[in-house]
Amino acid sequence: MNNEAVLQAGAATLHVAGDHGEAHHHHKQSFITKYIFSQDHKTIGKQFLITGIIWALIGGFMSVLFRLQLGFPDTSFPWLSTVIGHWAKDGHITAEAYYSLTTIHGTVMIFFVLTGGLSGTFANFLIPLQIGARDMASPLMNMLSYWFFFTASVIMLSSFFVETGPFAGGWTAYPPLSALGDASPGSKTGMDLWLASLILFVVSQLLAGLNYISTVLNMRTKGMSMMRMPLSTWGVFLQAVLGVLSFPVLFAGFILLIFDRHFGTSFYLSDIYIQGVGALPHEGGNAILYQHLFWFLGHPEVYIVILPAMGIVSEVMSTNGRKPIFGYSAMVMSMFAIVVLAFLVWAHHMFVTGMNPFLGSIFVLLTLLIAVPSAIKVFNWLTTLWKGNLRFTPGMLFAIGFVSVFISGGLTGIYTGNSAIDIHIHDTYFIIAHFHLVMGVAAFFGMFCGVYHWFPKMYGRHMNNTLGYIHFWVTLVGAYLIFWPMHYEGLAGMPRRYYDYSSWESFKQFVELNRFISICVIITFAAQFLFLFNFFHSIFKGRKLTVKNPWKSNALEWTTPINVGHGNWPGEIPEVHRWPYDYSKDGHDFIPQTVPVGEEDNPLYTSAEFTGIKVEEEPAKAHTKAHA
Amino acid sequence: MFFTVAAFFLIVIVIFQIAKATEYVSVLKGEEQSFKQSNKVNGVLMIVFLILGLIGVYWCNKLLYPRMTFREGSASIEGEQVDKLFWITLILTGIVFFATQILLFWFAFRYQYKENRKAFYFPHNNTMEIIWTSVPTIVLLIMIVYGLRSWFLFTGDAPKGAMQIEVTGHQFGWEFRYPGEDGVFGKKYFKDIDPANSNTLGLIWQDNAALKQKADPATFDDIIISGTMYLVKNKPVELLINSQDVIHDVGLPQFRMKMDAVPGTPTRLWFTPKYTTEEMRKITGNPHYTYELACDQLCGNGHYSMRAVIEVVTQQEYDVIMAKQKPAYFRAFPDKDPSNQQPAAATDSTAAPGAATALRAAHDTAALALR
Repeated sequence: MNNEAVLQAGAATLHVAGDHGEAHHHHKQSFITKYIFSQDHKTIGKQFLITGIIWALIGGFMSVLFRLQLGFPDTSFPWLSTVIGHWAKDGHITAEAYYSLTTIHGTVMIFFVLTGGLSGTFANFLIPLQIGARDMASPLMNMLSYWFFFTASVIMLSSFFVETGPFAGGWTAYPPLSALGDASPGSKTGMDLWLASLILFVVSQLLAGLNYISTVLNMRTKGMSMMRMPLSTWGVFLQAVLGVLSFPVLFAGFILLIFDRHFGTSFYLSDIYIQGVGALPHEGGNAILYQHLFWFLGHPEVYIVILPAMGIVSEVMSTNGRKPIFGYSAMVMSMFAIVVLAFLVWAHHMFVTGMNPFLGSIFVLLTLLIAVPSAIKVFNWLTTLWKGNLRFTPGMLFAIGFVSVFISGGLTGIYTGNSAIDIHIHDTYFIIAHFHLVMGVAAFFGMFCGVYHWFPKMYGRHMNNTLGYIHFWVTLVGAYLIFWPMHYEGLAGMPRRYYDYSSWESFKQFVELNRFISICVIITFAAQFLFLFNFFHSIFKGRKLTVKNPWKSNALEWTTPINVGHGNWPGEIPEVHRWPYDYSKDGHDFIPQTVPVGEEDNPLYTSAEFTGIKVEEEPAKAHTKAHA
Repeated sequence: MFFTVAAFFLIVIVIFQIAKATEYVSVLKGEEQSFKQSNKVNGVLMIVFLILGLIGVYWCNKLLYPRMTFREGSASIEGEQVDKLFWITLILTGIVFFATQILLFWFAFRYQYKENRKAFYFPHNNTMEIIWTSVPTIVLLIMIVYGLRSWFLFTGDAPKGAMQIEVTGHQFGWEFRYPGEDGVFGKKYFKDIDPANSNTLGLIWQDNAALKQKADPATFDDIIISGTMYLVKNKPVELLINSQDVIHDVGLPQFRMKMDAVPGTPTRLWFTPKYTTEEMRKITGNPHYTYELACDQLCGNGHYSMRAVIEVVTQQEYDVIMAKQKPAYFRAFPDKDPSNQQPAAATDSTAAPGAATALRAAHDTAALALR
């Protein structure tokens, strides 16, 4: 689709044909079309971000609540009963509430925060800006994808208020537990709402993913070949490919589960006797089938989460290291290898389900091989830092932190992926430590990295750096203090998802450690309010941008005006002549992608105005004056 | 509580004031100047974090290592392979871990912004890429080969002569069935489960026309013990694993073994206990040491309490314990229990042993028929 046609088709009323220079200022937009039902990819990106932040806050608070139980099983917190009523008896959260909290914590963190909030935000915000497009291929579909996500959020939230409580069978929702309301109260109405919410979320992801893919493939500006795209765009593009190919399988799994729940089928159910209810009529189903369908998405899902983070980190690290990303094509190839292998490793979550040992051995092989592209990426990041000239902006700090936690969490994947070790550590705290570091904390760091880096582009203002520094150091130290000791608990065999360990001879030696971890959780969670305050305060009160290109970046998004309208570039879309990583080349600190090859020394292209580092006086006023 | 909250808010206010102040300072001093200053601070913090982190790793290990089960090692012979593979993996990943983390934070510190330094334009180097693609691949392949050898041993057939125990999980407890004297597990069916009549596993004790079942005599001497599993030291044991309701998991942390219990899909697992419970208490110096079976798959609100005890004993002790057990059949049908019939048939002293022999003969034919 033609770049200009997009805006006309998507926002026909907003655009005066043949007058692109003024186009975005002619928008006669009400508050509703500008901020709520907006079709501007930037606004939709911000909507994803803010919804994601709200969910992160809720999900994080849930972890504080259940860590209170784990850390202080003998202490009563009367205020808990005040806040959550009968879910906390005598100041202790009940087992039922505990399992609901862990379940919903997992679900919202992985789907709503790290998929919706991370890739939703940056795919929307960055793709058109970085490839030189006026908007997404279908702005309408893009808007719908957000509103499906929003509806999914509301339904998930509503499950907190049903009588039998939200779903409590773990974020993986394995049947028969998730299929039988008699097996767990959370599997009654709460599970129906959970399924409805996630099905809408899948729809949202498919709408969004198709859009990202078609935009990247079809709407790149002149000269922007695939191998000239910033790695951040590569990251979100490849995660969209993963999502589009794997989410439908999860959808199918959910549909079968709904049939088993309500229409008497036996896809997953067989030979079940529930105490107090009796034998159920189901025969011939297989509970493991669901696990295959679930993990066929479930494993690619972790790469859906981490690929955008990897891309963002690469871009931010290169920009602030003033050095090209090392091995650009190796970076792209390794991401590509991850995409392919991601589809072939799902059953490593199921080594102890009694699967065929030969099948298991194939999954061991492929699982350990997926460590190779990840290793390549880590070595490339290290080499990017080597002999750089590093500016520690908050974004850069989180990029470095990302590499650190990704190494720590990634290496433990070699233990868990090897079935002979997995048989001991499966479903223990070792797994919790592994995946929280490698895809929880790492993806969060990628998200923080992106927010700090692109905040000026989003809102035309700076965030406070000092708060950013404190936020980073507290979070990095906190994350290690929380998750590092968990490896030891896991190696001692301490199982996940236990409400109380005090009656277990084998695990009760960790009482003090659990308390220590819980205290670290509370402090680290509290530190996130520094970010929250910084983010929301800076939207309105942050220091205004005085230059277009505050980080002296090469990428295309910084050639747009400080306050970008719908349509992104007031004039023609710039043409691209080179890759985005020409930093410190031939004595030039940076060479934007728009500079033609061989013209690096041409004063026209080195001027402060062209590179975007010219200080614009009173940017807001100048902006309105020009178009008055 | 109040003071904690107050202290928290105080800290927050102080941090915000500092943040605000730095913003004013940067306006006064110029952005460039304050950037250089904060960059230096962050650069130093990188190296501080690295050093404190390494000390922390050492200290954490010193504190927590004794609380794991690695000091006394695996309690099963096969589990030793898990430990061995774990140590190999730990050494290899440990080298990578320390090398990359040290390089990461050292580079961050060493190459922090200096006004007159030019970054080195170094976009790619094929030799380096090839090295760090092929070396990890080779190392990983070695680990795969090592791991799979153990994997095929664990998942392969149990050695001949292994004792068999059927493990059944339900919300929220464990039942253990021993085949009894005939060495054969009688048939069972989930629709026959009837806890009110002591048939907790659904053994087919009686003819049932509705379900088209004939009583299986092999069930008559099966022994069911709830909550405790007895194993014999140095005797391989094969667990036949079932679940009655939702997915559970037989987690045996001390033996380094684990297998899901799936309703409708039986699974199995075998290992050889190395030390009796008594021996382990001496080795660890912990008089309360207990082998525990933990459910490792979320199975409902009582998941955390789904515990069973494993007693590893010597063969003599085992024989004594088993001799005291009564087949579950007699719990449901006390009138068929020979020991109950004894007083009534006291006049005919040969009747009871006769009945027992007849019962045993019936089992033997049933066992033969099943084979």
